[in-house]
Amino acid sequence: MNFLSIFDVIGPNMIGPSSSHTAGAVSMALLARKMLPEPIKKVVFTLYGSFAKTYHGHGTDRALLGGILGFSTDDPRIRDAFSLAEEFGVEYEYVIDEKTVTDHPNTADIAMTGIHGYELTVRGESIGGGKIKIVRIGNIDVEFTGEYSTLIVRQIDIPGIVAHISQCLSNHNVNIAFMRLFREDKGATAYMVVESDERIPETILSEIKSNPHVRELMLVQI
Amino acid sequence: MDFKSGQELLTICTQHNLPISEVMYTRELTCGSLTAEQVGQKLNEILSIMRNAVNEPLTAPKRSIGGLIGGEAKRVADFGKTDKSICGSLMSMAISYSMAVLEVNASMGLIVAAPTAGSSGVLPGVLLALQDSRHLTDEALHAGLLNASAIGYLLMRNSSVSGAEAGCQAEVGAASAMAASAVVELMGGTPAMCLQAAVIAISNLLGMVCDPIAGLVESPCQSRNSVGAANAVTCAELALAGVTHPVPFDEMAEAMLRVGRSIPFELRETAMGGCAGTPTGCALGCSICK
Repeated sequence: MNFLSIFDVIGPNMIGPSSSHTAGAVSMALLARKMLPEPIKKVVFTLYGSFAKTYHGHGTDRALLGGILGFSTDDPRIRDAFSLAEEFGVEYEYVIDEKTVTDHPNTADIAMTGIHGYELTVRGESIGGGKIKIVRIGNIDVEFTGEYSTLIVRQIDIPGIVAHISQCLSNHNVNIAFMRLFREDKGATAYMVVESDERIPETILSEIKSNPHVRELMLVQI
Repeated sequence: MDFKSGQELLTICTQHNLPISEVMYTRELTCGSLTAEQVGQKLNEILSIMRNAVNEPLTAPKRSIGGLIGGEAKRVADFGKTDKSICGSLMSMAISYSMAVLEVNASMGLIVAAPTAGSSGVLPGVLLALQDSRHLTDEALHAGLLNASAIGYLLMRNSSVSGAEAGCQAEVGAASAMAASAVVELMGGTPAMCLQAAVIAISNLLGMVCDPIAGLVESPCQSRNSVGAANAVTCAELALAGVTHPVPFDEMAEAMLRVGRSIPFELRETAMGGCAGTPTGCALGCSICK
């Protein structure tokens, strides 16, 4: 069991009303934003399950948008996310999907478009007490929480790639906490998710990218 | 200096002749990653957020997003100052303060989950009321927060503080036990008396369901927080007077979890039963969430 601190009990400091429907929504959008390599121009949120049903009264809509704008869970600006999005030049849209059944009742898809046209869709789950995880990137099921520094590698699923990435990590003396591979089909696109307790040096990116089967890298630091 | 049960906590307190707050503080410094300075800073920040959340609705109340609450804390606080009030000053402050925090929470204001957002009024309500009526220092309240977090930690570890898992007894019940124990330490009670207050507080609210109208943290959550606060003050008084409960803390924590697991799904934060399931609750749910 992880160490439970005083501030896990009395905390988090958060904008209300709900740790799962408000604070969790902020955190998942904030994590999604960090995965996009360029500033966000447009975002479409699809809300499922309990999020779809009670988003208004829990401020889930404003919380998601606040996270996209870079606000943390205790930032009072979350309440004014709609007007601030306009000020920041971020277009937003909500799709309320009460029909699709998702694995977890508090689920949202976040489809982001960057200012240079980069597109990325991730699915987040708010799993209670403000804790969240990202469970899908594009069409591929993944799982990570953003509580660690996280390196996400999109690659072609062929032998040797995992060894290449671990070699690069080892060259830079990165201590791996968790390392998992998620793939669509054999030989198709796969995601490698590496989590570390400390910051992952950005110099590692070009080295990993030197392998022709590595398509894309995302680095989310704690 | 770590502990995994109420019994272990009491043993450490006795061995080292320390109050619960000191044991929890030492545990944080020895087993956690924060420095003494960071802990002090965070406790100050928590107190400042709690104080704002108690004060704002008493001067400038706001309507909640769902529209079910807003202004109740001020009404209760104002009434408490009249000669018609029956609570007495400390109890009146504790219940109005705890309700105030829920108003801030429900209008997207800044609160401290303690241990959850839905039960965030109880601990600040009780501690700040005690500070106002007994003129306690902020350092004393730090000890109160530390003591409360020890109880909350044990319940998170060995029981539950989630309404979806174990009902409102696990949220407001846990908050009430935390506050009761903190008050006992601040008023000079022993660690054993603190745990007694927590046990009585949990047992009083055992079985309380989580049935928020429209699924929102508004009603009956706000008034349940006032009950959590009143229960905490009552149980602290009982424990300080030497009243004991036959069941030890660790067994009560386990009982709370078992009761929680036997609460039907409809009464665990799903907004399907209880207050939410009444014809009026359903109608409000439909009109708010349309």
